[in-house]
Amino acid sequence: MSVTTWGWLVLAFPLAGTILIGLGYRRMGRGPAGWLATLMIALAFASAIGALLSLQDLDEHGRQVTSSLWDYAATGSIDARLAILVDPLSVFMALVVTGVSTLIHLYSVSYMRSDRGNARYFAYLNFFVFSMLVLVLAANFLLLIVGWAFVGAASYLLISFWYRRDTATAAGIKAFVINVVGDVGLVLGTFFILRHSGTLDFLGTFDAVHDGAFADHRGALVAGCMLLLVGAFAKSAQIPLHTWLPDAMEGPTPVSSLIHAATMVTAGVYLIARMHPLFEVATPAADLAAIIGCATLLIAGTIALTQTDIKRVIAYSTMSQIGYMVMGVAAGAYVAGLFHLMTHAFFKALLFMAAGSIIGAMAGAQSLDRMSGFRRAMPFTFGCFVVGGLALAGVPPFSGFFSKDEILAFVGDRGGWYVALYAVGYVGAFLTGIYTWRMIFRAFFNRPCPEAVELEHGHLAHAEHPTNPATGEREDTDVGFPGPEHVIAEREWRMKVAMGILAVGATVLGLLQIPNVTHVLTDYLEPTFADSRFVHVHPPNGLIWFGMVLGTVVALLGIWIAYQVWVKRPGAAAAMQARFPALHAFLVNKWYFDELIDLLVVRPWAALGAFANRTFERVVVDRTLVGGATGIVRAGSQAVRAIQAGFLRYYAALLLLGGAGVVLYFLIQSS
Amino acid sequence: MALSWYLVLSALIFCIGAGGVLTRRNPLVILLCLELMLNAANLALVTFARMHGNADGQVFALIVMAVAACEVAVGLGLIVAIFRRRLPIDVDEMKELQG
Repeated sequence: MSVTTWGWLVLAFPLAGTILIGLGYRRMGRGPAGWLATLMIALAFASAIGALLSLQDLDEHGRQVTSSLWDYAATGSIDARLAILVDPLSVFMALVVTGVSTLIHLYSVSYMRSDRGNARYFAYLNFFVFSMLVLVLAANFLLLIVGWAFVGAASYLLISFWYRRDTATAAGIKAFVINVVGDVGLVLGTFFILRHSGTLDFLGTFDAVHDGAFADHRGALVAGCMLLLVGAFAKSAQIPLHTWLPDAMEGPTPVSSLIHAATMVTAGVYLIARMHPLFEVATPAADLAAIIGCATLLIAGTIALTQTDIKRVIAYSTMSQIGYMVMGVAAGAYVAGLFHLMTHAFFKALLFMAAGSIIGAMAGAQSLDRMSGFRRAMPFTFGCFVVGGLALAGVPPFSGFFSKDEILAFVGDRGGWYVALYAVGYVGAFLTGIYTWRMIFRAFFNRPCPEAVELEHGHLAHAEHPTNPATGEREDTDVGFPGPEHVIAEREWRMKVAMGILAVGATVLGLLQIPNVTHVLTDYLEPTFADSRFVHVHPPNGLIWFGMVLGTVVALLGIWIAYQVWVKRPGAAAAMQARFPALHAFLVNKWYFDELIDLLVVRPWAALGAFANRTFERVVVDRTLVGGATGIVRAGSQAVRAIQAGFLRYYAALLLLGGAGVVLYFLIQSS
Repeated sequence: MALSWYLVLSALIFCIGAGGVLTRRNPLVILLCLELMLNAANLALVTFARMHGNADGQVFALIVMAVAACEVAVGLGLIVAIFRRRLPIDVDEMKELQG
């Protein structure tokens, strides 16, 4: 089969799963739905492998293949087609998305087993995978925007999956609104680019850029790229459009794992990498992206130090890691950024799954304040946390070490003010070690909490009343709330398999790109980035070695500090908190970003809306337009109502007179 | 004999019918006068058919008769219904539908 047939198949399987489960959800609840969904994603993964193999058979210069099913509109100035682009980058993304998704679907079969909305959950999850694949396989801006909006909708549906929880629905709305801000940026950016390139097609746009379509319109290109970045920042939770991501943790844990860690939030990284010919010309936009990525990785790292909700700690670490990726691809380290995207998908999905397991052991509670000493009770989960934590902190030889250092070496090699980003990157790596291992030490070390003790005796803790972990409100276990059963990885083979595969991946994937030894991804992605200025840039060996040593040292130092503070001297954290109350409040309140956005955007708009409601709406719309129209109709009917006397003979006379008048008119006309 | 006399007769019958409809209050008589008007129109149609030398007008006249028969059936039915309910047989009394 041809490359593009495999590409279409990748899209077809998740779509079929969505439709089948969506239509048959009544018959499929609790069982078949989960397995069908998993099977469909596994088939999509197999198709992606098929696409990879047939792509590698092609000639190196021909590895960018488009296929169009039909034209929506093909006129002089617009070419909107339902078309996919299969090239090394899109196949790479499709492999990561479908691969991680398959494992998360498998995990969800156990995790969501007792939930009353089981079939709905899997229909949404398949829909998400389909949307994400549309996004990464799109061959033009139109389909990219469609996929972009679809993943936003899927994210909304899954964040507010437990729709009777007020906190979950509020978080879903917040995520959706901020994502729509990004969508608007993406659409406007597309207009800026389309206006001078004359085509929606990616490859056509890149050719137009090379041929100098923007030579006289560089400002338009920079503006277009900046607007694309708005979309990328909203989707990838970069400052200042990041506030939805921590709240999105209200969704089920596998959703956090799949959408809000491994796949959807990396869409911004994919977008910048895909648009690299544009960003290399629009250097101000690329520089802005690098700075924002760098700021995000630092700010998110500091916030993660003080959060007590285990999922939120991982969410901030996701933001921070995506900051590395955005900084990397914006600086030109495309392969390194995508390499980090892949390793991050593995270790972060693993961490979320392990967090789901420990939340199961806590009967739904998520606060680190209540967890401790789970090490003996949950050896498998602990092992997964250690592997994920070492990979995230960047300790050799785990995967995160190689990918993060490759990004930082490239950024450092750019010289100039990029050296500042390089330094901040290592500060971020230091913070990563601290906050990751703070979480692990608090949850698994020290004196076991009651739930851990109970689990050591073989009993899974069971909440007397199910409660909302965020507010402590009482809940039931009917549809719209989590199901009654809690599961842990130790007792579910499906969860064990999914986490085991991810743990292996998080450990060994770094071997794909050992500096100066292996360069699997560099070779594989070469055809996509062949036209890049940075494709043959190679940081000097001295810098690479320095970076690797520095990365190892700061990571281990971070872990050591975390060990000292949270295991050796249990009072140290509280003492520090008492010593710097202002700093602690600043970090606990997430740098007051929510309040800042509320003050700068939400309140002015609400005030403007209230003002318009009082003046324009009341006076112009209500009185003039609506009141005027009804007044005219009422006066007119008042005038003609007198004719309606009710006398039959009167009507007949009017009829005759009218008829006679018409006849008379024609008589006079004709004569 | 000139065909225009037929038209004059038709117009006269039509005016008699119309005058009856406008002046009489008994619905039965109004129906009778309506029939007069319809048949005046029929006469005019047949005359025109004769004038132009084709049968279209005569076909129309037949259709008008059929429709008139239906109309009479409905009208008489209404009058009988009014009579059965012992309401006054007077069109001026029936004026509830007014603006």
